[in-house]
Amino acid sequence: MTGKTFEPITMQGPVCPVPHHHTDTVVIGHGSGGTMTQDLIRNIFQSRLGNAYLEQGNDAARIAIQGSAGELAVSTDSHVVFPLFFPGGDIGRLAICGTVNDVAMLGAKPAFLTAGFILEEGLPMETLTRVIESMAAACEEAGVQIVAGDTKVVEKGKADGIFINTAGFGLIPPGRDLGGQLAQPGDVVLISGTLGDHGIAVLQARGDLGFESGIQSDAAPLNKMIAALLEAIPRVHVLRDPTRGGLATTLKEIACQSQVSIHLEEESIPIRPEVRTACDMLGFDPLYLANEGKLIVVLPEENANQALEILRQNPYGAMATRIGSVSAADPEQVLLHTPYGTTRILDMLSGEILPRIC
Amino acid sequence: MADPTPDFLSGYRNAKLVKTVLAEIRQTVTQPWTLMEICGGQTHAIMQYGLDQLLPDEIELVHGPGCPVCVTSLELIDQALMIAQQPEVIFTSFGDMLRVPGSTADLFSIRAAGGDVRVVYAPLDAVKIAAQNPEKQVVFFAIGFETTAPANAMAVIQAEKLGLKNFSILPANVLVPPAMHAILSSPQNRIQGFLAAGHVCAVMGYWEYPSIAEKYQTPMAVTGFEPLDLVNGILETVKMLEEGRVAVENAYSRVVTFEGNKVAQQMIAKVFQPVDRNWRGIGTIPLSGYGLTETYEPFDATQRFNTGEIRTEESKICIAGQVLQGIKKPSQCPAFGTLCNPQTPLGAPMVSSEGACAAYYRYGRKSS
Repeated sequence: MTGKTFEPITMQGPVCPVPHHHTDTVVIGHGSGGTMTQDLIRNIFQSRLGNAYLEQGNDAARIAIQGSAGELAVSTDSHVVFPLFFPGGDIGRLAICGTVNDVAMLGAKPAFLTAGFILEEGLPMETLTRVIESMAAACEEAGVQIVAGDTKVVEKGKADGIFINTAGFGLIPPGRDLGGQLAQPGDVVLISGTLGDHGIAVLQARGDLGFESGIQSDAAPLNKMIAALLEAIPRVHVLRDPTRGGLATTLKEIACQSQVSIHLEEESIPIRPEVRTACDMLGFDPLYLANEGKLIVVLPEENANQALEILRQNPYGAMATRIGSVSAADPEQVLLHTPYGTTRILDMLSGEILPRIC
Repeated sequence: MADPTPDFLSGYRNAKLVKTVLAEIRQTVTQPWTLMEICGGQTHAIMQYGLDQLLPDEIELVHGPGCPVCVTSLELIDQALMIAQQPEVIFTSFGDMLRVPGSTADLFSIRAAGGDVRVVYAPLDAVKIAAQNPEKQVVFFAIGFETTAPANAMAVIQAEKLGLKNFSILPANVLVPPAMHAILSSPQNRIQGFLAAGHVCAVMGYWEYPSIAEKYQTPMAVTGFEPLDLVNGILETVKMLEEGRVAVENAYSRVVTFEGNKVAQQMIAKVFQPVDRNWRGIGTIPLSGYGLTETYEPFDATQRFNTGEIRTEESKICIAGQVLQGIKKPSQCPAFGTLCNPQTPLGAPMVSSEGACAAYYRYGRKSS
């Protein structure tokens, strides 16, 4: 191999292919929850359907009701996951928890849900029953009821077993004001537990990672924990669940909405060793993996310790910890401070998370 | 919560130890030195941990062409896209190849248009897919440096053993030593020392490197990927430069031996032979890639499918070529972060998370 003499090489000039913007067709990255999703929403949906409620840009819309002191929180979420069952959860539990959590993030008490099902021809009735039983259990745990539903069946191959859409409704008590636009300089940032568990649990359940671990999805209804938190500390500014796009993408949204910067201490961010190892092997960043039962809390510093105590009393918040703070400088930036004394900028997830080659 | 780092790595990510080595680098260095880390995985780690922010001003790191996704030629990508479009084909690839733009499309768009494009985590998974789908032609895009070559070779050997007539690979492996020759022999070369790619050396050993170091009077340190590995590799290289010594030191001895992995090398030699290869941004480098040996030619997808003539049209703005040779920093590109970002990459280095531009973008290097 080394026998050949190497002549000096005249290197080529700039080479680079023209970009492919994917504006002609929908590609998988449009569903990643990152910037491609945001562009899709802005360019296709909001430009045609936009109104004051959509522009609030939070997990749920906030709607005033005539003759009522409180307001209505409304949210909807479609659930497509493969496989349907994974360690720690299933599509049914996700469909309830995702929507319950989105409604609860505005400080509302989720009460009613609707559920729409798209079923693929050939789906075993036993599978459907298991999913519905799981939904029932999650409804009971969250204290919500499904009050309207719809079912459609499509030909084999036109869907993947079962798709579920849920919408959720809850009342926001008078005087409660929470939202991504309300983070204040001087606030602190808390997280209710470990990050990336759901993302890795689902990937692993697909069976093609070539390794196994005991990682469980964190899918959980967070409304009762949130209710306890807000009852004790009404001054919470922001609640968000870092689902698709992970902690980094969600914090970036908050930083942009509130025109602040968010500073994270890398060492304080809780990540399970097995999730960290799986990420190292696959070239993923746990800060971008989906969570389905985690809560970001942004609130004044003087309330932080009390908030942590309350969160830790709930099983879904047992690992709650303080991970960062909010500052007025460098608006729209999320900055991660490493244990090496260096800083790196966290941006939004762009498209689909892809495993690295080596 | 306790330190989330797995035990076996905690020492190599220990901030105190890293700072100790950095202090030693600061004590050692007396003049400016330009080093190249050859491997994209190293670029990624340097950016992720912000190690470049901690080095003394005298030391400049330039990022080498060690990202297989970035250097895979447009022709090969267009061939891949053409094959992936065939209705009888299941096209399999490592994940980050899906976003790399060919002349008119990428693998994501092929998939959106109905092509069966699947991400695999290992080449043997593609063989499994072939065994499960006898009515389909399964093609694996065999990219990577010497690191992936044994697994790619293994897939071919396994397919042969199973008698699979419906499996083939698109051979695209590239080799590090010829690229080092190309960089060091270039009239524009600025590189004074190399951090050799630890995982490539884990497979190939580093017996090929002393002659390169000698020929171009450029010291090298075989370097790993954790923060402590990286600063150790830099320290070893700087020591040699300061002493005026030209040698190849192994700063990754927990993984790399001089001879490398003999079994893996034998497997590579059985399936592959060095061929000339076109590198995106560099040009054709003699004997810098792996093609299939005569015995295994039937597994060559380019022979099985009529891949035809492919024309190349390139963006005039992107400076990927200079970035991949270490002549320019990603942030010196006029398109960086504006026209070119991970979502709409102008150049391959922005596409892969191992690419230098993507690492700069992700980890917030606005300017240098």
